[in-house]
Amino acid sequence: MHNSPYFLKPASVRSVMLRVLLALLPGIAAYVWFFGAAVLVQIALASVTALLAEAAMLKLRGKPLMLYLGDGSALVTAWLIALTFPPIAPWWLTVIGVLAAIVVAKHLYGGLGQNPFNPAMVAFALMIVAYPSLMSQWPAVGFTDFAPQLNAIFGPRQLDAITMATPLDALRTALHTEEARATVAGVLGSSASFGNIGGKGWEWVAAGYFLGGLYLLQQRIITWHMPAAFLLTLLVISGAFAAFDPGHFAGPSFHLFTGGAMLGAFFIVTDPVSGCTTPRGKLFFAAGIGLLTWIIRAFGAYPDGIAFAVLLMNIAAPLIDMNTQPPVFGHKDKRGSAK
Amino acid sequence: MSALRKLFRFHGGVKPDYHKHASTRQPIAGTPIPAELVIPLHQSIGGPPRPLVQAGERVLKGQRIGDADGNVSSAVHASTSGTVTAVEMRRMPHTSGLSALCVVIKPDGRDEWIARQSFDFRNASPTETRDYLRDAGVVGLGGAVFPSHLKLNAGKQGRLDTLVLNGAECEPFITCDDVLMRERGEAILKGAAIMREMLAAGRVLIGIEDNKPEAIAAMMAAARAAGDDAIQVVAVPTRYPAGGAKQLIRVLTGIEVPHGERSTDYGVQCFNVGTAYATHDAIALGQPLISRIVTVAGNVGQARNYEVLFGTPMRDLIAPCAPLPDSDRVIMGGPMMGFRMPGDDVPVVKATNCVLVGSDALFPPPPPEMSCIRCGECAKVCPSDLQPFEMYWFARARLFGKAQEYHLFDCIECGCCAYVCPSRIPLVDYYRFAKSEIWAREVEKEAADQARDRYEFRLLREEREKQEKAAKLAAKTAAGREKAAAALAEAEKPARTPEEEAKHALIAAALERAKAQKERAHPENTSNLSPEQQAEIAAIEARRAEIREQAKPHLRADD
Repeated sequence: MHNSPYFLKPASVRSVMLRVLLALLPGIAAYVWFFGAAVLVQIALASVTALLAEAAMLKLRGKPLMLYLGDGSALVTAWLIALTFPPIAPWWLTVIGVLAAIVVAKHLYGGLGQNPFNPAMVAFALMIVAYPSLMSQWPAVGFTDFAPQLNAIFGPRQLDAITMATPLDALRTALHTEEARATVAGVLGSSASFGNIGGKGWEWVAAGYFLGGLYLLQQRIITWHMPAAFLLTLLVISGAFAAFDPGHFAGPSFHLFTGGAMLGAFFIVTDPVSGCTTPRGKLFFAAGIGLLTWIIRAFGAYPDGIAFAVLLMNIAAPLIDMNTQPPVFGHKDKRGSAK
Repeated sequence: MSALRKLFRFHGGVKPDYHKHASTRQPIAGTPIPAELVIPLHQSIGGPPRPLVQAGERVLKGQRIGDADGNVSSAVHASTSGTVTAVEMRRMPHTSGLSALCVVIKPDGRDEWIARQSFDFRNASPTETRDYLRDAGVVGLGGAVFPSHLKLNAGKQGRLDTLVLNGAECEPFITCDDVLMRERGEAILKGAAIMREMLAAGRVLIGIEDNKPEAIAAMMAAARAAGDDAIQVVAVPTRYPAGGAKQLIRVLTGIEVPHGERSTDYGVQCFNVGTAYATHDAIALGQPLISRIVTVAGNVGQARNYEVLFGTPMRDLIAPCAPLPDSDRVIMGGPMMGFRMPGDDVPVVKATNCVLVGSDALFPPPPPEMSCIRCGECAKVCPSDLQPFEMYWFARARLFGKAQEYHLFDCIECGCCAYVCPSRIPLVDYYRFAKSEIWAREVEKEAADQARDRYEFRLLREEREKQEKAAKLAAKTAAGREKAAAALAEAEKPARTPEEEAKHALIAAALERAKAQKERAHPENTSNLSPEQQAEIAAIEARRAEIREQAKPHLRADD
């Protein structure tokens, strides 16, 4: 026997997660178009690994297997890992990444809803620290032949023909290690990695993620706070520095349309479990990620900073939430908000 | 009568399926007098009334059978004429299935009224009018059954800006206020006029959800006929729980009355339309509250509204509505906030706005509870602007202090959070559990404080006895009669040596300190409780064991 309310809105964790997967599809389609089908292999690999690891952990923890396995949360983690790892990474890199996410970052912390860190970003951070070179081998844009890509994933690797530095990586390497005369404009003009506004090809993938993000907003699965605060912070700070020293700092469009910015804005920063939940807290949280991302990109040793930025802000999330509690009914004017 | 006025929004809310059409197709019907009426004495917030009749006594319709216990209470009356067959414990319309004292009446079929006389409230003092309404048993008929006479008090300023009449009726299935407004708008307005005079209220705003166009039209017509410009019928957007008193006040006036404060301090008072109707009955017609409109709906073939005598068994009400064969439960109230009844034999009382017949097909058992993913849906729909998932985490971890810090007691248990939760967590159960635990602890703490006071007093008494003994002992020794007499006299007086005096002063000071400390540390939620809250505590206490049982599997599931 249960108590009121006796009526429930048809809603489920599974439906939320499935819509998140659906929202990833436009970005994935652009990805396949420009970089070949390897990413689909990685998605499949990550999905199977994630479901097996999830099932094993649920069994070990004595949880109802089908209830939680069917919630789709492991699939979301798996897809995000597959989309943030290089598509031609060797198969075991993805498998270890997924295991780290599902076994350690998720279940050892208590499973669905209990993890303080974003599992996909734990996987990314772990692997880029452990295997920096493998995590930096990205397919060349336009080189979509499936056989050599498949070979790169499962077979003996002959990578030179098909890899190319990512735009962020190319820019950082040029600015930091080559002759001191290198400028942003020079690098962007000289390399085939760069497109009209971001990285060549990548800008379209980013547009796909943006489209998916709009769908999530329309479905009210995410709110505007986090994507807006993250992207605006990145835009303002990169814009300010590019205006101040255009030779050494890339502009906003480059930052917003390369690397994981769009994927991060709508799919990673917005993870409800490990992020902030209050409206004001969301703004602080996502702005913090934007700021840290830019700092790591501009001054750090790693090509992209979103993973580390997210993990750092995950630590701060409970504190931010605690200090941004919205005023409750009848107490609004005392705290200074409009009544 | 109706003007385009600026309305305000309350945060959150949900739009469930309303299912209101089925029970509004036919007008209000009467019900036959049942074979037996079981009238619980305790039908309102406040003290349980004392029985005024005994078994074997003949009573008339409208005769007072239970006398208000103090001012925070409300009288109870016989709903028809007949013979009292027993004054005994019977099962109450309450989830717990607990029994309480009821007057059982065997009707004689004559339905013979007492002598009815209107009450000339204009020539009575406000206190006399309030006493009259208390003895007429008028209580809030929106479901809270708070004694109305206590609310008909304009407060410090002696006047109010606004009297709000609540005709919003936001719960699905329930239409008793809807049909009452359609059919008896004139009497409602007359009742409102009486209330307005007593409260010296500047205007009357009647808030009705805009999914009840017939009721709105009827009330507008009645207001036009009354020709009073101060009465305005206002259509408010349909969004559950717009009929919560605080939510409706917010929508109509923009004022948010904080938890634990009186709305009259903000210049507003709010009554259900049914209460206004009952007030008119009592004052103008001299008829105490003995019946109300009840919606019978849900898993029935013919949903309808009935005017029902209090004490009528719910099954008598359900039978003519053709319940479907798979019906297996009766809920009092709506699907969002209603309570499951222990059986269909329990009587209709003043709080019964709806008898909802249910089945697994209509109200399927909830899918298994999953972990909270902090998606924040609950916070988006909370009309009290709370963070329900945070309170859930704290309740589950038994961090009740933290739950209170996050304003657990501002929760009105409307059920919006549980309604939208994608993890299907019975959130309201967790809040009820946490509230009852907190109340239980505070009651325990109070008991412990009393025990400590008693202990301290015993120490004091023992000290005194010791001194008296010493004095007697001294008398027995060979120290001489005079000395003994002197010592005894000293002990009896009781004049003390400076040493003893100092000791006593110390003890007295310690007692004083302890008392002051106790006052300072007095728990927040059981001090200055309104009668409403006290009654809520009592009700929750009764549900407590059961809720605990139900909460246990949830609590265990994830540890």
